[in-house]
Amino acid sequence: MVDRTAERSRTLTDQLPRGRTAPYRAVLGARMRAQRSYRGNFVLDLASSLLVGLVELAEVWVLFAAVDRLGGLDFTAILLVFGLADLAFSLADLAFGHCDTLPTYLRAGTLDVFYLRPQPLLLQLITSDISLRRLARAAVGLGALTAGLVVNDIAWSPAAVLLLALATLSGVATFAAMFVWAAGVQFFLVEGSEATNAFVYGGRYAASQPASVWGRPLTVLFGFFFPMAFTAYLPVVTLLELPGSELLPGWAGWCAPAAAVWAWCLAAFSWRIGVRHYQGAGG
Amino acid sequence: MRRQSTYRLAALGGLVANVTFGLLKVALLLSAVEAGGGELAGYDPATMAAYIWISQGLLGSVNLHGRSEIADRIKTGDVAVDFLRPLDVQLAAITTETGRAVFSLLPRGLPSVLLGAIVVDMATPDSLLSYPLGATSLLLGIVVSAATAYLVAASGFWLVETRGVAILYMVASGFLAGLFVPIRLFPDWLHAVATATPFPSMLIYPVDILSGRVEGAAAVSLVLLQLLWLAVVLGTGQLMTRSGRRRLEVQGG
Repeated sequence: MVDRTAERSRTLTDQLPRGRTAPYRAVLGARMRAQRSYRGNFVLDLASSLLVGLVELAEVWVLFAAVDRLGGLDFTAILLVFGLADLAFSLADLAFGHCDTLPTYLRAGTLDVFYLRPQPLLLQLITSDISLRRLARAAVGLGALTAGLVVNDIAWSPAAVLLLALATLSGVATFAAMFVWAAGVQFFLVEGSEATNAFVYGGRYAASQPASVWGRPLTVLFGFFFPMAFTAYLPVVTLLELPGSELLPGWAGWCAPAAAVWAWCLAAFSWRIGVRHYQGAGG
Repeated sequence: MRRQSTYRLAALGGLVANVTFGLLKVALLLSAVEAGGGELAGYDPATMAAYIWISQGLLGSVNLHGRSEIADRIKTGDVAVDFLRPLDVQLAAITTETGRAVFSLLPRGLPSVLLGAIVVDMATPDSLLSYPLGATSLLLGIVVSAATAYLVAASGFWLVETRGVAILYMVASGFLAGLFVPIRLFPDWLHAVATATPFPSMLIYPVDILSGRVEGAAAVSLVLLQLLWLAVVLGTGQLMTRSGRRRLEVQGG
């Protein structure tokens, strides 16, 4: 009997991940298992995310069905923009979307718990949860992107593939930076989290639009300060060799990685200031 | 109403969100009107702008998310206490929601309409009659949305957890109420689907009257249509409450 218990505990420890990233992997694994264990709820979550994504695509379709061309793009081109933006956003959301709950931690004072552990705060916050249902959204984005790649007349070359890969990766990084930026600002706002949502989720809405329809203030805000135009619209313009606008020229799609770096500078700055400002709840 | 007025920063945050989304919608939809040759399904730039800012302003008041306080009370069983009170559970829930919604017009509705009027040219109705008619329609829209959201909550008598129904409500209401694209722009079959639901009564009908896109007899018939939908959802809610009350099982004492 004793032997068997010892054996069981040994196999249990064998199953635990090892190494420096071990604690994170253990927590993430547990979170994923936890979400799947309420099967009905999980299926519902997946289905509803899928439905939301499809309806958002339908909104774009309705508008383009009514006017044919908008901001120099037709429906097939906007399909690419929508797909690229949605795929990148939902992948970033999958990993970083949990930063949204920071105000809840701040209000309840539970953020202090994170400080007790010998791991970086942001890394803990990101890995404290993962929302698998966002995978359904990513699937809608991937579907739209694939459909867009098939129906558009694209001059395929190694450069085009490279552009697409760069755009996807930079897009994910840019949106992830938006979540971190917003979390940093939350340390000051707490109750006013809707204000940052305006830029995170508004940014996602902006990213799936043809940026050429924006006036100058919007171009500055969502074209450059929060580089949303670089996540999907500009790479698509470059890929399809369309003429850009004065502020956002056609070759600018190649600058997507630079935009991601800028977004992360913004995020790091905001996060640092926010953490410095934080003063625990005591107790 | 009073308890809502304490969260000023939250209200400000909501306003920032409204205005940002509003500006993005203005850029997209006004260029769509332009692409349509200055007019699109009866919307010119001024009525389109009015549509955007009024609908953005109504976001905090019209329930397009399907969640409500009464849903939680039904889930936890607290509703048993409500049944003991000398008030109709359904009407009490709807009037509470309406009070909250009407208050939200002050911090969220008015500023976004005012800001919109400053940024772009907004259409106003030509006939004076449109104003009282628009206000009535607006109030009806809020009540219809509260009464329909109550149906979501009342499904909890059978389902207990109503999150799935609320999500369905959210997806359908935003799209069919014409929040992102006016339903006039829909293809005919989709427009027919939308008008067969109570959702356009919540948002696009009041907005069409207030922006002056629909006037006179047509506006009056929109209000009558709203009244009809209100009767339908209120009646359904009353039936669901009565049979739900018999289903209700509350544990503990």
